[in-house]
Amino acid sequence: MATTGMKVKDLSVFYGEKEAVKKVSLSFSPKQVTALIGPSGCGKSTFLRSLNRMNDTIGGVKTTGEIWIDDVNVNDPSVDVVELRQQIGMVWQRPNPFHKSIYENIAFGPRYHGIKNKKKLDEIVEDSLRRAALWNETKDRLHNSALALSGGQQQRLCIARSIAVKPKVILMDEPASALDPVSTSKIEELIAELKKEYCIVIVTHNMQQAARVSDRTAFFYMGKLIETDDTDKMFTNPSEKETDDYISGRFG
Amino acid sequence: MEQSAVKGQKTNSKSAFMKPHIREEWVGRVYTFVCILVLIATILAIVYFVASKGLSTFITNGVNIGDLLTGLKWDPEGEPAVFGALPFIFGSFSTSLLAALIAAPLGCCAAIFMTQIMPGAGRRFMQPVIELLAGIPSVVYGFVGLSVIVPMLRAIFPGQGIGILAGSLVLAVMILPTITSIATDALAALPGGLKEGSFALGATRWQTIYRIVLPTTLPALLTGVVLGMARAFGEALAVQMVIGNAPHIPRSLFESASTLTSAITLSMGNTISGTAHNNALWSLALILLTMTFIFVFIVRVLERRNHR
Repeated sequence: MATTGMKVKDLSVFYGEKEAVKKVSLSFSPKQVTALIGPSGCGKSTFLRSLNRMNDTIGGVKTTGEIWIDDVNVNDPSVDVVELRQQIGMVWQRPNPFHKSIYENIAFGPRYHGIKNKKKLDEIVEDSLRRAALWNETKDRLHNSALALSGGQQQRLCIARSIAVKPKVILMDEPASALDPVSTSKIEELIAELKKEYCIVIVTHNMQQAARVSDRTAFFYMGKLIETDDTDKMFTNPSEKETDDYISGRFG
Repeated sequence: MEQSAVKGQKTNSKSAFMKPHIREEWVGRVYTFVCILVLIATILAIVYFVASKGLSTFITNGVNIGDLLTGLKWDPEGEPAVFGALPFIFGSFSTSLLAALIAAPLGCCAAIFMTQIMPGAGRRFMQPVIELLAGIPSVVYGFVGLSVIVPMLRAIFPGQGIGILAGSLVLAVMILPTITSIATDALAALPGGLKEGSFALGATRWQTIYRIVLPTTLPALLTGVVLGMARAFGEALAVQMVIGNAPHIPRSLFESASTLTSAITLSMGNTISGTAHNNALWSLALILLTMTFIFVFIVRVLERRNHR
């Protein structure tokens, strides 16, 4: 079921007058990880945030273009943002667990989508935690505060929280950049595991991470999509000079 | 030879470099220490003064503490004099609790509007306006209460209009800015990631406010309410003007009553220092002071919960 990809056509994002993302067209295949790379301020995070209309929550942002999931244009004003966001999970740079128990963090989303049955919720919580490789560490303290977990565990909890609403696509905005190397590698293993079922888009500043976890890579520069290709090819033999310069560390 | 000269120069310049900073450090330390010492001394002096005067009712005048706290009759000039302060204690608690009950939802909802619904203009224009309310002298509040609220209550409800409800309404308006500005700061300080996290799971704005924003900031919101109550508890003038000042426990919200503060301000000027009546007023002040400490203690506990 959760195998749908995403197609973006001519997406532009404006902050007031400033065009932060310029007519980007890009598609994300199911069961694949796509890494968005580029120097700071190149528009890759803004692009990511526009995919689930998170930019709507801040004023003064205008998004034009089309984002297709199945046969729905996400960017259509008539689309129910609430329903849309159920289909697109999101994970941030800083783990942002709610100030509630581990159980309540996971159950938060499903509850809003109408699941009231306690047994069903229990199942969803266990399943999500297992998928996020957090079940063994937390099964004995599901009702303790999520804030008592370590940073890496909190981030995996946030991933578990986002898959609890059964999304089709998971967006990750530098999910490991605030974590230590051990937690980072756990998150990367988790991404490799999750990609068997979901379409994953990840923004990262870490070239090695992009090379390790992604199947395809897209390079953004100055709000434009410079190049997108298979990750192996991008990192060994990119076709654009700017990509080559960035990947080999000559700027950015 | 040359080396030692360089060395000498180095230590010289080093000591020249250090000295003024050490002095600066010491001047700063001593100055700030003196400031905190003055503050602590003042507070201790007040506590000592109120306590020694207040306790002398029980020690020199032989009034029973239990009688003072639970007695229903207040007749300080009678023969024999009776000091039952329960009507005042009841009046203080009921007016400030009722005021907090009225002002808390208003203040918290106003704070939600200013931070969540209209964050830009809300915080820039509305918060200063609400904080202006805090600057209005309490006698003005009392005056408005006396000329607007009391006649209105008299027209709607049975009785003279004066009483617990009139006092509570005036107090509610007075503590509204305290509650609102503390709640606004608390809501604005909420980590942005939490709201985004909730939105990204498909929660609507109201669901996010109701299920994430409010529960997370609850201890801070309660801090605002308790501080508001503390202010209401200690307010004398405005309440005194609308409550009627009859020293008995009222049977309805529209019957004349009295509070600890109004009892003190009304009688303090008419008693002679050292008499039993005067000392009894100090005992009322001691009760007020103790209650204030309890309020502050509650706030500290709430804040600790907030930071956990």
